[in-house]
Amino acid sequence: MKRLLSIAIVLAAGVWLAACTDKKSHAQAVYMLVDTSGTYTRELGKAQALMGYVLGRLNPGDSFAVARVKSRSFSEKDIIAKVTFVKDPLQANAQKRAFRDQVANFTQGVKQGSAYTDITGGIIQAAQYLNETGAGRKTILIFSDMQEELDYKTVRNFPINLEGIRIVALNVTKLTTDNVDPRRYLDRMAWWEKRVQAAGAVEWRMVNDLDHPERIFEAHR
Amino acid sequence: MWMIWPDNPVLSAVVLFLIALPFLYGARRPITGLVHALTRAMANPLRMAARWMTAGAAELKARNRQVLLTHGREEAMKSVEREFERVTAMVQRDLSGYPALQRRIMDEITRVEEDYKKCGEVPPPPPEWIKAVETIAGIKNTGDGLVQEILEDIAKSLERIYNRVIAEYRRSYESRHKILKGFQPLWRSLEQTLTKVDKNITGLEDSAVRIDAQMEKYQQITANLDRAEHGLSASASIQFAISALVMLVAVGGAFVNFKLISLPMSAMVGGGDYITANLQASEIAALVIIFFETLMGLFLMESLRFTRLFPLSNVTEKMRRHMMWISLSILLVLAGVEVALAVMRDLIVAADVALKQSLGGAMAAPVETGWITKIPTAGQMILGFTLPFALAFVAIPLEYFIQSSRIVLGHGLVLAIRGTALSFRILGTSIKHLGTAICMLYDAVIFVPILIERAIHSRNKTAAPAIGPGTAREPGGRPRVERLAAGGDQ
Repeated sequence: MKRLLSIAIVLAAGVWLAACTDKKSHAQAVYMLVDTSGTYTRELGKAQALMGYVLGRLNPGDSFAVARVKSRSFSEKDIIAKVTFVKDPLQANAQKRAFRDQVANFTQGVKQGSAYTDITGGIIQAAQYLNETGAGRKTILIFSDMQEELDYKTVRNFPINLEGIRIVALNVTKLTTDNVDPRRYLDRMAWWEKRVQAAGAVEWRMVNDLDHPERIFEAHR
Repeated sequence: MWMIWPDNPVLSAVVLFLIALPFLYGARRPITGLVHALTRAMANPLRMAARWMTAGAAELKARNRQVLLTHGREEAMKSVEREFERVTAMVQRDLSGYPALQRRIMDEITRVEEDYKKCGEVPPPPPEWIKAVETIAGIKNTGDGLVQEILEDIAKSLERIYNRVIAEYRRSYESRHKILKGFQPLWRSLEQTLTKVDKNITGLEDSAVRIDAQMEKYQQITANLDRAEHGLSASASIQFAISALVMLVAVGGAFVNFKLISLPMSAMVGGGDYITANLQASEIAALVIIFFETLMGLFLMESLRFTRLFPLSNVTEKMRRHMMWISLSILLVLAGVEVALAVMRDLIVAADVALKQSLGGAMAAPVETGWITKIPTAGQMILGFTLPFALAFVAIPLEYFIQSSRIVLGHGLVLAIRGTALSFRILGTSIKHLGTAICMLYDAVIFVPILIERAIHSRNKTAAPAIGPGTAREPGGRPRVERLAAGGDQ
């Protein structure tokens, strides 16, 4: 019996040590930027459906925020809704319902798009939020055509820090000018990829086929 | 570079070979010695290792045999013990009632005897009356009216008396028949009692036969008979396979149990807490509950004497009973917890499905509230309650698995060691022969100087008798006389 007891103690100590040694957070944090500039506001329905998918994918302990991209987006005021789900799955479920309602109210209220599109400001704000959560896996979803337009006072041409963050561009629609010269679209995407990788992002991905939203969270190959 | 005539490599090679030939011949002995030494250096350790491993395998086999026989002896002892316990219980249960049974049988026999005697009693006819009848029968009918009348009166009286006697006789027989009829239940009771006794005796005989068989097995084991060893080995292999199969089924049950409780456990210990990258705290908690149930099952089976995994011989009967009740209570509590978790799981899953439907924009399907919708919940609750008890029984195959695996793995280890020893031996012999082959190849390359050497030796051989037999010796070789005796220079 003493031997059994000692084995049990050793096993328990092993489990406790294993628990103590893995200090890394395994929670996930997602920040979704939704472009509300110009004609892109017509895509808000898709953004809402995608937000529903992301909500369904997240687990208790994860964090989620949805923010708008407008003329100047580096502000907490642009965050439409944010939540960190509690550990209880039933309560987390209720939080998800409340979050969905909050975003739905916002999308119904958007009538007119902003004049400019400050994607970089939104990304900087997103990176700050994600780093504050302390999550192990951080993702910024950018629901936009990725055409950044800034007014002459707004300054964004400086290096940014996106270390440890995945960037996924969603529903990157082609503009009329892109149709005239596709190189504009390709160059734009290449510029963004280069920019986020220079900022230290762990991954850059583009998902345009929203029939397969699972590709957003697929592991990098 | 090495070529004497760069345009003719073959000629260059032949000339170089001819130049090297005397050196190669000169170096023949050290080179063959070196090859032999090297091959010996490789082959000998391999052969030594093979020998050591063979000896180790033999030792291990002997140890396995000892373990097997000891285990078999213990099993036979346990079987005999169990049979004796059964016989004791039977004797206590049945033979303790034998005095009463015997008394009952004796009473019944006495009653039967008495009744039988009563049946045998026939009322004897009165002798005086017979004599009077004989005397009257002797009176002759002379036709005298008085006599005629007297005789008629006597005849009437006799007829009346005869009828009365016959009626009495019939009544007497009737009463005897009634007594005999009364025998029936007594005989039936006797027959039943004796059948019961016969059954008990047959049960005892069967137990005795089983005990005899076990004792014979025990004697064979004690006598170290190969037959007993083979029998036990086969039995251990079968036990190993069967118990492994049952354990596999139990693992399946444990997996179902895990799936049932891991999700609701996240509500208790918190979801989203990770121990490692792929292992949540709730999953660990579910595993702990399952292991705890299995552990309680082990203790329960141990305290019920179904298994003998732990040395509990010094535990008193009272303590054993306490242990049984405690483990059973904990098992019941855990089964109750699992029922609650099953309900919780159903709630969580239903809420999740409803949320995903609403997030997808689909209209929520109308929820049926009939009893059919409750079936999955009820099924989960029943599973949650029964699986812990089913897991408790894993202790029995586990015991057999542990015991038989020692024997089966021991045999496997012996086979592996023997196989390795054989491969070492083959490798060692091959290396040795390879060395010989290399030396022969070397000799084949320098065959010209060797032929010259042999010619010189054969000339010396013809001149040898002049010197004297038995003393001629080749440089570094055996005495020539020995070589001739051994079959010449071949």
